[in-house]
Amino acid sequence: MRFVFKRSYDDDIKLFKHRPQFIYYLLLLILLIALPWLIDDFFLGEATNVLIWAIAGMGLMVLTGFTGQVSLGHAAFMALGCYLNVILMQNGVPFIISLPLAAILTGFAGAIIALPVLRLHGIYLAIATLAISILTEDIIVIAKNWTGGVMGLVAEPIEIFGLDIDRYGTPVLFYFVVLFIVLFVLMVVRNLTRAPLGRAFTAIRDSEVSAQALGVNVTKTKATSFAISCAIVGLAGGLLGHYAGAFNHETFNLVFSIQLLLMIVIGGLGSIHGAFFGAIIVGFLPQLIAITRGSISSIFNLGSLPLPGIESAAFAFILIVFILFEPRGIYGLWIKIRTYFELFPFYRKNMFKRQKTYLKTERMK
Amino acid sequence: MSLLTLENVTLSFGGLKAVNNVSFHVGKGETFAIVGPNGAGKSTVFNLISRIYNPDCGDIKFANKSILGLRPDQIPFLGIARTFQNIELFEQSTVLQNLLVGRQRHRKSNLITEMFFAPSVRDEERRHRQVVEEVIEFLELQAYRDKFIAGLPYGVRKIVELARALATEPQVLLLDEPASGLSLEETNDMIFWIEDIKKQMGITVLMVEHDMNLVSSVSDRVLALADGKELAIGTPEQVQNHPAVIEAYIGTGKRIVS
Amino acid sequence: MDMMQLLISGLANGCVYGLIALGFVLIYKATEAVNFAQGDFMMLGAFITIWLTNTEYLGLNFYLAVPIAILIMGVLGYLLDILVIRRMFGQPQIAVVILTIALGFIIRFVVGAIWGHDPHLLETPFAGKELKIGALVLGYEEIAVIIVTLLLTFMLFTFFRKAKLGQAMQAASQNQLAAYYVGIPVKKIQSLVWALAGIVAAVAGALFASKGAIDPSTGLLGIKAFAAAVIGGFGSLPGALIGGLIIGVVEPFAAYYLPAGYSQVAPYAIMLLVLIFRPAGLFAQMQNKKV
Repeated sequence: MRFVFKRSYDDDIKLFKHRPQFIYYLLLLILLIALPWLIDDFFLGEATNVLIWAIAGMGLMVLTGFTGQVSLGHAAFMALGCYLNVILMQNGVPFIISLPLAAILTGFAGAIIALPVLRLHGIYLAIATLAISILTEDIIVIAKNWTGGVMGLVAEPIEIFGLDIDRYGTPVLFYFVVLFIVLFVLMVVRNLTRAPLGRAFTAIRDSEVSAQALGVNVTKTKATSFAISCAIVGLAGGLLGHYAGAFNHETFNLVFSIQLLLMIVIGGLGSIHGAFFGAIIVGFLPQLIAITRGSISSIFNLGSLPLPGIESAAFAFILIVFILFEPRGIYGLWIKIRTYFELFPFYRKNMFKRQKTYLKTERMK
Repeated sequence: MSLLTLENVTLSFGGLKAVNNVSFHVGKGETFAIVGPNGAGKSTVFNLISRIYNPDCGDIKFANKSILGLRPDQIPFLGIARTFQNIELFEQSTVLQNLLVGRQRHRKSNLITEMFFAPSVRDEERRHRQVVEEVIEFLELQAYRDKFIAGLPYGVRKIVELARALATEPQVLLLDEPASGLSLEETNDMIFWIEDIKKQMGITVLMVEHDMNLVSSVSDRVLALADGKELAIGTPEQVQNHPAVIEAYIGTGKRIVS
Repeated sequence: MDMMQLLISGLANGCVYGLIALGFVLIYKATEAVNFAQGDFMMLGAFITIWLTNTEYLGLNFYLAVPIAILIMGVLGYLLDILVIRRMFGQPQIAVVILTIALGFIIRFVVGAIWGHDPHLLETPFAGKELKIGALVLGYEEIAVIIVTLLLTFMLFTFFRKAKLGQAMQAASQNQLAAYYVGIPVKKIQSLVWALAGIVAAVAGALFASKGAIDPSTGLLGIKAFAAAVIGGFGSLPGALIGGLIIGVVEPFAAYYLPAGYSQVAPYAIMLLVLIFRPAGLFAQMQNKKV
């Protein structure tokens, strides 16, 4: 068991609570940097996929996990980031400029859309964002002069400082590009959570009236959260375009939006860890199902029955199990396991039991 | 000198006049209490000052300037802080984080500097923390500093909410039923703290309260409301002995003399 | 007469949207949660009816099969509440929403695994029969859809207005704790509401499958019904039906007059506009939270 003695205010401000924690994360980073030499190209590709999902997860986490605004339409902003990036590149803008620019523009678009939409609460907001996601799919088809319509677009290989970076040609370089962006986004999100803006986000999540009474401009802060969230998701979209190589209106459909939300719920709402845990599940679930199905059908001699939707269903099933038994997601589970070992043998079963409340109505008459 | 003034303020919900032609002023450094039976319009007065409701007519002035053109989130920037009747704390945060949100009106950093946590942000954070620590010490909340609100007992939450309002470094503190739900001991503590807030910090206090013990021990002047109308205004003794007040209270079956 | 034809088929479609929207509203009224899987409930109800009725499966008499399907869906709704939803007591409403989204994925997968992904059509006694009024040709299915929907909405509306159980359901939705104190069995009522939502879904499913083919992905139709519920204001049963009819009628006209690609945007665009300009729907009023 560890006691942390705080000696100055900086102990609460700094990124790592204590030295061992810093060392754990350093080791994790070294592992991530060494990864291309530890696993083959196929699994490196999968790892890259997980990291891209983690970026998108962090983006949605800012809005849903920290600010408490549920969005079922974030695939729309991933699509925007993806298309903007590729269209900019087609017009001769180099990748190092096109990707950040696409993200910033996506952020602005998010802010503009946020202003009318974010006046809505809870379920209404979820439905409005859902509509945005569906409309985006149709708009991509309609705006075929820019987006290629149903045919979609092809992402050109990236060129940075004369290096050609391609998902299949040079997977290691592409992995590092993604890893760099993951670290950048991680830094930004982590910094925000320990700064006044991040506190304003969580204040809005927990009590809007109260946040307002303390000087938080609720509308503006929500819009800021939406914009940051969209910009980050836009980055992920841009990267996903390069990862997928080719994409069209169906790449970023409604199911994609929903999956993104389910992912951060499984990972654990309200924590950055949650975005990563969720991404790992999303990234490796298809492999896991393929392996499980392989072994099951070899036992029962089923051959390979086509079962469309099995991945989504398995994912949904995991989600239901978590919502019922561990609402704080994998991160909550992780905290419990860690506490168990830290306090061994003093861990009590009800340590994290939450007080249950009756539902209070949010609507008035 | 009058700091906060209400002039002939009226607000109706449908046909019901929740606040009916109410006028009063609160002087600098004064402790002013609003009393009255349930549904008298006391909390509505607070919500009018917080700009949650817009009056039908009349004016509300702070330091001789009308505040009716301001949004609710601009009110704390004037130096007006408030607590809520049914505690509105940030449940998923620690006491420390709750109090730090109180520093929002003193935020000088912007999105860009915060994204990169520039040195100026760090300096600012240290200053915020210092103010918050002073409040924690003042209200003796040290033991709860890193505790999550969700696990705290009611009495402590009440004090945390007071602390959060103080962390804004207000000129005027609006307390909505500071003693409701508190035990006798906790109420006595609250009396001491309100007196200290007034004497040591020089903060003007405007409060809504049922507990006449608390009201008469801390307030300089009292306004009695019933059905949105002013019954009496004056010192606690004058108001307690005012015939209209006694009638209003006996009429609702409540004893005012403690 | 083209117009009239478009209008009638739009109204029949709109009735199905309206029935799904009724399911949303029922659950929203009683529990303040939104069942995102209501469209999938409808699809499941349709497949159960098809399984009971069609000759390639059990081949029961249509008028026997439909009540059985309704019963099965009612029981499923009830069980769902007891086994899953009830455990969510005390969690934020949005958690229930996310849970029902997940449930939708599972229902689509299970139906696809059992009955396959080919479109199915319900074999009804009135299939193919037509009623001719002048130049106007009405399918019996369309007439049945409209009549059944109107009847069901009227019954539910009266139930909530007049019946004791209906009033108790409404009380339970507005303040669970207070309802509990005055002796309303809040949990039992919640289960009954889910059963009722299952029943409405079964009716909607049978009607939908009688007038057009259905496959597991039809469950996503529920999203169009959202538009209906939003237009109606989410708290009102007749509002949901009217919202459904509006969406149903707008669709064929948009397809007729707008260029291809734009028409399917119409329902969602209307929904978004209503949400932005009249978030409480066209027929309701809403106030802010009291402090």
